[in-house]
Amino acid sequence: MLKKLTFAAALLAATALTGVAQAKTFVFCSEASPEGFDPGLYTGGNTFDASAHPVYNRLLEFKKGTTETEPGLAESYEVSDDGLQYTFKLRKGVKFQTTDFFTPTREFNADDVVFSYERQWKADHPWNKYVEGASWEYFAGMGMPELIQNIEKIDDHTVKFTLKAKEAPFLANVAMPFASIMSKEYADKLQADGNMNQLNQKPLGTGPFTFVGYQQDAVIRYKANTDYWGGKQPIDDLVFAITTDAAVRYQKLKAGECHLMPYPNAADVASMKSDPALKVSEQEGLNVAYVAYNTTQAPFDKVEVRKALNMAINKQAIVDAVFQGAATPAKNPIPPTMWSYNEETQDDPYDPDAAKKMLEDAGVSNLSMKLWAMPVARPYMLNARRAAELIQADFDKIGVKAEIVSYEWAEYLDKSKAKDRDGAVMLGWTGDNGDPDNFMHTLLGCDAVGGNNRAQWCNQEFNDLVVKAKQETDQAKRTELYKQAQVVFKREAPWATLDHSLAIVPMRKEVQGFVQSPLGDFTFDGVDLVE
Amino acid sequence: MLRFLLKRLAVLIPTFIGVSVIAFSFIRMLPGDPVALLSGERVMSPERHAQISHQLGFDRPIVIQYLDYLWGILRGDFGTSIANKSSVLDQFFQLFPATLELSLCAILIAIILGIPAGIFAAIKRGSFFDQTIMGAALVGYSMPIFWWGLLLIILFSGILQWTPVSGRISLMFFFPSVTGFMLIDSLLSGQQGAFKSAASHLILPAIVLATIPLAVIARQTRSAMLEVLSEDYVRTARAKGLSPFRVVGIHALRNAMIPVITTIGLQVGVLMAGAILTETIFSWPGIGKWMVDSVFKRDYPVIQGGLLIIAGIIMLVNLAVDLLYGLINPRIRH
Repeated sequence: MLKKLTFAAALLAATALTGVAQAKTFVFCSEASPEGFDPGLYTGGNTFDASAHPVYNRLLEFKKGTTETEPGLAESYEVSDDGLQYTFKLRKGVKFQTTDFFTPTREFNADDVVFSYERQWKADHPWNKYVEGASWEYFAGMGMPELIQNIEKIDDHTVKFTLKAKEAPFLANVAMPFASIMSKEYADKLQADGNMNQLNQKPLGTGPFTFVGYQQDAVIRYKANTDYWGGKQPIDDLVFAITTDAAVRYQKLKAGECHLMPYPNAADVASMKSDPALKVSEQEGLNVAYVAYNTTQAPFDKVEVRKALNMAINKQAIVDAVFQGAATPAKNPIPPTMWSYNEETQDDPYDPDAAKKMLEDAGVSNLSMKLWAMPVARPYMLNARRAAELIQADFDKIGVKAEIVSYEWAEYLDKSKAKDRDGAVMLGWTGDNGDPDNFMHTLLGCDAVGGNNRAQWCNQEFNDLVVKAKQETDQAKRTELYKQAQVVFKREAPWATLDHSLAIVPMRKEVQGFVQSPLGDFTFDGVDLVE
Repeated sequence: MLRFLLKRLAVLIPTFIGVSVIAFSFIRMLPGDPVALLSGERVMSPERHAQISHQLGFDRPIVIQYLDYLWGILRGDFGTSIANKSSVLDQFFQLFPATLELSLCAILIAIILGIPAGIFAAIKRGSFFDQTIMGAALVGYSMPIFWWGLLLIILFSGILQWTPVSGRISLMFFFPSVTGFMLIDSLLSGQQGAFKSAASHLILPAIVLATIPLAVIARQTRSAMLEVLSEDYVRTARAKGLSPFRVVGIHALRNAMIPVITTIGLQVGVLMAGAILTETIFSWPGIGKWMVDSVFKRDYPVIQGGLLIIAGIIMLVNLAVDLLYGLINPRIRH
């Protein structure tokens, strides 16, 4: 009897193993553990890669490889003439995932949409504080609480959002990870069971992959959602192997232990490109690094002084030294992958002699200034200290003495906001929603002086353009307004724009169909493995 | 023996309170505001900052915050992580078995190789063997763990392809965690090849983590043995005509072991420190990596809770070592 059982077990194991061998498993060596699985609660890109992108959908989605939106769980939408009401027609027949922890009894409808937003919006909602310290960082950060007047279910497949003010970027916000649509039925069940925390541990949505399990700091497993409204995935299983060290990720990629990795070391990229088993995809990231002069303080209140300093900076040298080429010098405040990028603007040429003369003409001599360098590596600036040293040397050539200063990161961010701050601050930005407003108005608008606007620059002409663009719903008209705003920006030079870093994604040759996202997301919808 | 134990335990209480004060106050002295870090470059409005600080209780007087924290600990509540909003204690228990498994294997390697190496080096003092062992120990002791780990990965995983690069087990295997120890869970799962895979994943990080304790134990054993071997009673034992094995293995070793056991006990702290780097490089999901991440995020509850638990463990291990002395040398009890 025992023998028979052992034989049966062996047979079962063998069948299971063959099953495993035949299933197409895609392994992504992700760079960090997700903070949790409820995308509304967090801000980390790696958290969104593990939750919002595989498991959930949103009313609108970003079109692959672009920052434009396309229909997601909403088939279409209408904007009222006054630009305040957005009515979304929801897709019919969309099923929530069936898992071993929950079996849905109904399809996706307007209740799920209302639930997903209200839990973040209304402080008295039962889900607003379901985990300790829930602060709905992105929902607040994108100004949604101040913007939304009302969310109304018209019928099972129609939802109307009423806004307090005209805000064209609202549509891009709707496509952001925090706006992922959850199942109200699943949430109700968890609430009834007194097990609300599970929403953040075992996600369940309408997305291309179904969550299977998470072993903390090690592995996350998903399987293809066979009921996915967008069709079944070419791969059967998706695995995130959490590997925090970039050199180790590279070794795993080489050994075939993973198929794709994010954020390689700049020094490894050349050897990755020459490895016949690998291929490398590159794209400008949705970011910018800049040096912001305090335009309210002399002598930086003079355009000629700012222009002269800009002309003294050798951006190519910074790109070469800090990024080993994995970046492009920046001329506009928005990156080239963003719609409305103005190709026509002319960058200030690198010309120390002309810069020196310009300073003299402006009556500035023996200028000493502070140059702030961030204490941490950011995607848009890997080594701020090194870049600051290069700029210091460049300034020295035109007779400007720059003293490099730095503070602890949180303190740096705080002190650099001050209106009476001295000198020029190096900083940068990574786009949130792919909308130019998120750079132009957020970083350079008059409202942001004393906050995100580190140049303390309030130019009426520029501000009028970006505010008008924010309220305009026609994208062609918005594009035109932003292009004009970039011309004003270049003319007035509140920043020295330094670089847009390249996002480099190495992967194995057999990976097909991976499209790099300008937003820096890693999504595996539609990815295949072809030997 | 009971009195000895109680006396030792009584010392632990003030030590524990001291650690809790240090853990609580030191991280607050570090520059950096955990609330502001939640939003990074995105400027948080002062109202929102105040609201979140209030929600997290950071707007109360520091003494009240500390007492509240201490009261929580007494009730077994170590707080909730600011960054990922889950219970510190739950996270600790999820991650600790991985660190414990790695540390136990590392210390076993260090003891099994270190003590005999030290003994032989002492017996053959000044020989080529002695010099090689002590030279290697010095190199091992001085080696930056991060670099050493990468070197082993490149050689054994990259070039020779004998071992996997990182992780705890091949992604092929998927079974529920029963004990948290991958070696045991893989056996319990009954899946063919799972144990082998877990063991092959463990070997490199265990060697890397064992390197410094191994060097320290070998050096300590050698010097303790040298000291004991020159004692009169050893000469007497030799003069009695006892076999060299009995003289070294029984008479000398027992006395030489006391400082060695102290050293092994102290290695627990070294292991915890080493685990931070080893776990980072081998993507080993343990508490070392967890703590490092938390420091960068200024995640106060995790740092202070984690420190306290780790300090508690180190104190208990040292207590166990003290008790072991008592067994080896009864005079210490008095």
